[in-house]
Amino acid sequence: MAFDLAFIWAGIIAFSVLTYVILDGFDLGVGILFPFARGPMDRDIMMNSVAPVWDGNETWLVLGGGGLFAVFPLAYAVVMPALYMPLVLMLLALVFRGVAFEYRWRTKRWQRVWDLAFFGGSATAALCQGIALGALVQGIKVADRAYAGGWWDWLSPFSLISGIAVLAGYALLGATWLVLKTSGPLQAQMRMYAWMLGIFTLFFMALVSLLTPFQNPVYFSRWFNLPGSLFSLLVPGLVLLAAWQLLLGLRRGDDLRPFLSALSLFIVSFIGIGISFYPNIVPPSLSIWEAAAPEASLEFALVGTLVLIPIILIYTAYAYWVFRGKVDPTEGYH
Amino acid sequence: MPDFLTAEILARFQFAFTVSFHIIFPAFSIGLSSFLAVLNALWLWTGDSAYRTLFDYWKKIFAVAFGMGVVSGIVMSYQFGTNWSVFSDKTGPVLGPLMAYEVLSAFFLEAGFLGIMLFGRQRVGNGLHMFATAMVAFGTLMSATWILSVNSWMQTPAGYEINAAGQFIPLDWWAIVFNPSFPYRLLHMVLAAYLTTAFVVGAVGGWHLLRDHTNPATRTMFSMAMWMAALVTPLQIYAGDLHGLNTLEHQPAKVMAMEGHYDSHPDGAPLILFGIPNPAEKRIDYAIEIPKASSLILKHSLNAPLAGLDTIPDEDEPPVMIVFWSFRVMVGLGFAMLGIGMWSLLNRLRGRLYDGRWLHRATLVMGPAGFVAVIAGWITTEVGRQPFTVYGLLRTSESLSPIDAPAVGVSLLAFIIVYFFVFGAGTFYILRMMGKTPGTVRLGLRDGPIRTAGITPGPHMSGDPKTHTD
Ligand code: HDD
Ligand code: HEM
Ligand code: HEM
Repeated sequence: MAFDLAFIWAGIIAFSVLTYVILDGFDLGVGILFPFARGPMDRDIMMNSVAPVWDGNETWLVLGGGGLFAVFPLAYAVVMPALYMPLVLMLLALVFRGVAFEYRWRTKRWQRVWDLAFFGGSATAALCQGIALGALVQGIKVADRAYAGGWWDWLSPFSLISGIAVLAGYALLGATWLVLKTSGPLQAQMRMYAWMLGIFTLFFMALVSLLTPFQNPVYFSRWFNLPGSLFSLLVPGLVLLAAWQLLLGLRRGDDLRPFLSALSLFIVSFIGIGISFYPNIVPPSLSIWEAAAPEASLEFALVGTLVLIPIILIYTAYAYWVFRGKVDPTEGYH
Repeated sequence: MPDFLTAEILARFQFAFTVSFHIIFPAFSIGLSSFLAVLNALWLWTGDSAYRTLFDYWKKIFAVAFGMGVVSGIVMSYQFGTNWSVFSDKTGPVLGPLMAYEVLSAFFLEAGFLGIMLFGRQRVGNGLHMFATAMVAFGTLMSATWILSVNSWMQTPAGYEINAAGQFIPLDWWAIVFNPSFPYRLLHMVLAAYLTTAFVVGAVGGWHLLRDHTNPATRTMFSMAMWMAALVTPLQIYAGDLHGLNTLEHQPAKVMAMEGHYDSHPDGAPLILFGIPNPAEKRIDYAIEIPKASSLILKHSLNAPLAGLDTIPDEDEPPVMIVFWSFRVMVGLGFAMLGIGMWSLLNRLRGRLYDGRWLHRATLVMGPAGFVAVIAGWITTEVGRQPFTVYGLLRTSESLSPIDAPAVGVSLLAFIIVYFFVFGAGTFYILRMMGKTPGTVRLGLRDGPIRTAGITPGPHMSGDPKTHTD
């Protein structure tokens, strides 16, 4: 294992992607659950629970993409065309759900339309992200510093299953977030959804994990040889722990525990994916070091990143703190 | 799919379409966020409620415009990779870190403080709220700085070398960031954003003055906008002139296209005011020109020689027709803005600023002028850079991703439909809000918990003058 600039950067990119997944995961999840709300009041509350933070959450996606462009330009140049269709669809979906936050308050007649856009955009974006992940795990053909496959290569049963897994997972994050942020009947409803979604998510996670080794023999050897096999035991163990905490928290009626457990579930799976990928950044053949930009770029970008990311984390945490507490339904109207 | 619709043409059109839509929103939100910071500061300082009314009014319009800017911007940052992957691989080591800095130092700042700015006043108090408002404005300016550095580097590359894989490798970051055209482009663009906003605010002010010229908030905003028009337009014209001189030095072919100079003029080139470029015959038909004036402007001497496109190989020539016209649209609007600025000064001196109805009508007509000038300016800059993406070094045709025309065509169609639908609706909502007078309680129809409302949506009520605690 080479602990150098490229490696550090792989870690930073992984960190931004993970931060994106868990932060935007819960606000996309709220969008996915939107049509199941039992009335206009509940919908308002659901949207308001994420309204002040969604923009900051989505900025991590820009950092993931922009960071890849900066420090692994070759990976960026190969992955984007390979995932052309799911990515363009995701971007369009994000347009719809992003504007819905404002538009739905600006019109009476069309409010339904923007509510639908919020749901459709969130669900489509989640699905596309899962499909993109699945396609990446399957592997991407590279020749001559460029993508060498066709424009339908991303589509397969495996990528669709992983799309559904992410959709369910985000909905679970959204439901547990709402358990934390709401009270009364809405909270009870979300607690029930969290049960179902929890089981659903675990099932699909297991399915994806079982299928992954068959996507590429390399994954097999990575998981069943030392030192990988140590993690192979650890990861399922941690998943079970998180799942248990989730169900426990839901049964005991805790507000915070289910949300934290759902987050842990994502973090652990993410580590699992990391183990499968390493040392590649684009499976099956492009390694972190092959894709990395020259030292001068890595250094220049690193200096600022090490200063700015902690500052960003501090003021992001502050913004969450300012808007802490339950959404109060009575205050939402005049 | 017809043959002439190659993946390259479609990808270029897609980039031009999405970025032209995107730039509309930054041009407005850079100016408006500074305007909001000034309004809030003036309110805190003077206690004059007109400023607070205006802050609450424009803040809601800002929220919608900013949302559209964010979603259209995210598309841009992924489009480099999807459509221009070869370009991304080659320029990533130089341009990527600049864009990463933009995300880290600008986008997070804007997004992080936006919620607090829009409705956190009651929760954090006036002081921190002012700080958040200033941070949002500062963030938009930082964003402009970085992205314009990126764009300027592609126009006037500096501080790099090229490695075996054909990638641009950074040698000197200072030279890269402060490349030769960057200072001019930054100045010109930031002034453009301020002018764009000033003319929108002026048009809204003019519209409401036409119906009621006594409302103090309306008068204040009209007056502020007219000060901007009168003071900033001359600066902008001067900055544009400097920018042009710099371009002449670094990208002479672009200036030749802007000026319509197909032929070299060894003893003083004419300034072609209007005419119709004839690319086939390589001349300007029906030209109306001022002899030797172009040499005077560009070289500060009547008889200075100026080279024309006849000195440039055909395969390196930018498309003259587009650049020639877009440049004239921009400059024409610049002088029209100057006219409004001077007119307003005159009316102000005569004490007729608030009841000169023709001025109000004229500002109304000029409301969209900034947007048109900004887009025309960018078209001049970008089309004038063709056929290169990195000027003189990397051709547009060599920058493309290995993608099929149908894939680009379908996504282009999807972008066109979605953008017209979504941003059309947004524009409609903004116009409807602008149609109401400042101080209207239900400005946004259901002014309930707009995004400005948070986890506890109470403080959004601070938007209503009724509930002011001042
Ligand atoms: C002169 C200024 C300027 C220019 C030329 C551009 N932008 Fe922009 N952009 C902004 C000024 C701006 C801004 C003022 O910072 C925005 C507008 C509204 C907003 O939220 O931030 C923004 C938003 C914005 C976002 C969303 C940020 C967020 O999540 O908050 C992205 C990803 C981009 N832009 C990316 C781009 C790319 C890739 C461009 C080039 C092709 C580009 N922008 C041109
Ligand atoms: C925001 C204002 C901008 C506008 C309105 C704009 C407009 C355009 C237009 C019209 C083209 C097409 C030229 C042609 O194909 O004939 C173009 C090309 C291009 N622009 Fe810009 N541009 C802007 C900013 C930027 C910025 C900031 C960047 C880089 C960060 C950029 C990168 C490119 C690239 C890579 C191309 C080449 C692709 C192509 O030729 O279409 N542009 N732009
Ligand atoms: C009337 C005087 C003006 C002159 C002489 C002028 C000059 C120029 C020149 C020479 C360029 C191209 C630079 C290059 O690509 O190398 C340019 C670009 C541009 N202009 Fe102007 N301009 C004027 C007015 C305006 C106005 C009123 C606006 C908007 C409100 C504006 C907005 C822009 C923008 C957005 C660009 C593209 C970005 C850039 O390269 O800075 N200009 N201008």
